[in-house]
Amino acid sequence: MMLYLQLCWSFFQIGLFGIGGGYAALPLIRHQVVELHGWLTMGEFVDVITISQMTPGPIAINAATFVGTRICGLPGAIVATIGCVTPSIIIVLTLAYFYYKYRNLNLIQGVLSGLRPGVVALIASAGLSIILLAFWKDGVFSLLPSDIDFWAVGLFAACLLMLRLRKPNPIYVMLGAGTVGGLIYYFLT
Amino acid sequence: MNETKDLKFYLKLFSSTFTLSAFTFGGGYVIIPLMRKKFVEQYGWIEEEEMLDLTAIAQSSPGAMAVNAAILIGYRLAGVPGALLTVLATVLPPLITLTVISCFYTAFRDSRAVSAVMKGMQAGVAAVIADVVVTMTQAVARERSVMGWLILFGAFFASTLLDVNIVLIIFCCGVLGAARTLWQRRRKGRA
Repeated sequence: MMLYLQLCWSFFQIGLFGIGGGYAALPLIRHQVVELHGWLTMGEFVDVITISQMTPGPIAINAATFVGTRICGLPGAIVATIGCVTPSIIIVLTLAYFYYKYRNLNLIQGVLSGLRPGVVALIASAGLSIILLAFWKDGVFSLLPSDIDFWAVGLFAACLLMLRLRKPNPIYVMLGAGTVGGLIYYFLT
Repeated sequence: MNETKDLKFYLKLFSSTFTLSAFTFGGGYVIIPLMRKKFVEQYGWIEEEEMLDLTAIAQSSPGAMAVNAAILIGYRLAGVPGALLTVLATVLPPLITLTVISCFYTAFRDSRAVSAVMKGMQAGVAAVIADVVVTMTQAVARERSVMGWLILFGAFFASTLLDVNIVLIIFCCGVLGAARTLWQRRRKGRA
């Protein structure tokens, strides 16, 4: 019972202080899981990051599930996940309540009108870093043709063209890219 | 929202959030464009601008962005029960996948076939984000506001090249927007 509480509390803190999403939570997770409680070794922690990049879902939730399963099986995974999302539920619901109550105020309208282009920029910036990761071997920009993954460039162009012209469900585009790209990378490179 | 919130509605909300979460590789910024496509373009449940506001809230709150965005969409469409439903739908796919994978994770990690498919999917994900960025930039362009463009390029520059903290960037964008409104109000008062 004690262990469940500890798990829940640890991931509650990870959920509470992980502002900025994704990799911002990594040092927090490492502190709680590796340094403080010794639930995972450093090597296993790196594995969790690798697996998180290969599977769907936020890294904090993935870590919660992985650690929870290792320590007390499925109940552990569920308890850790609940701990992880509880701070978000409380804080985001509070903000949502105020947003819908006050969003018609002139000043709030002003704030929001500043936020909107900023959010577009942040999404563009995240997209750029994924493009770097997909096109260049180590995610580092370079003009040398040997450093560029032309299969990825071709795949990207084909997907983008399809999305702009036919407006398909993006999930099918991603699955298609996974299938075609998987065959190319497995057999041709 | 005129839609009657019957069982069918909740099922649709749950299943669409569940699928989005199940196919979202690579973090919060991937799920936002997908949510926008589904709930704004396809279902028409949420307005374009509102989606951007919700994104800003999701980004500046603690926790995983995908979870935060799901809470906001659930709350917007069906109140607190809706929020709990969408959180469940967002958390279940990674919970299931990771539980299965943690049983044989070394084999999964070292599989050449798995990493080949993931590499291919990465190009697809990049294309989906690029597509959404183009559409969203067109929306900013339609407003014909110099401030909008300045914020767009300034925030992009700050986050890409200067690596400024995202929460700080969002804060500054909000302050700039508020300052513009105050300035316009003062000018109007004088005229």
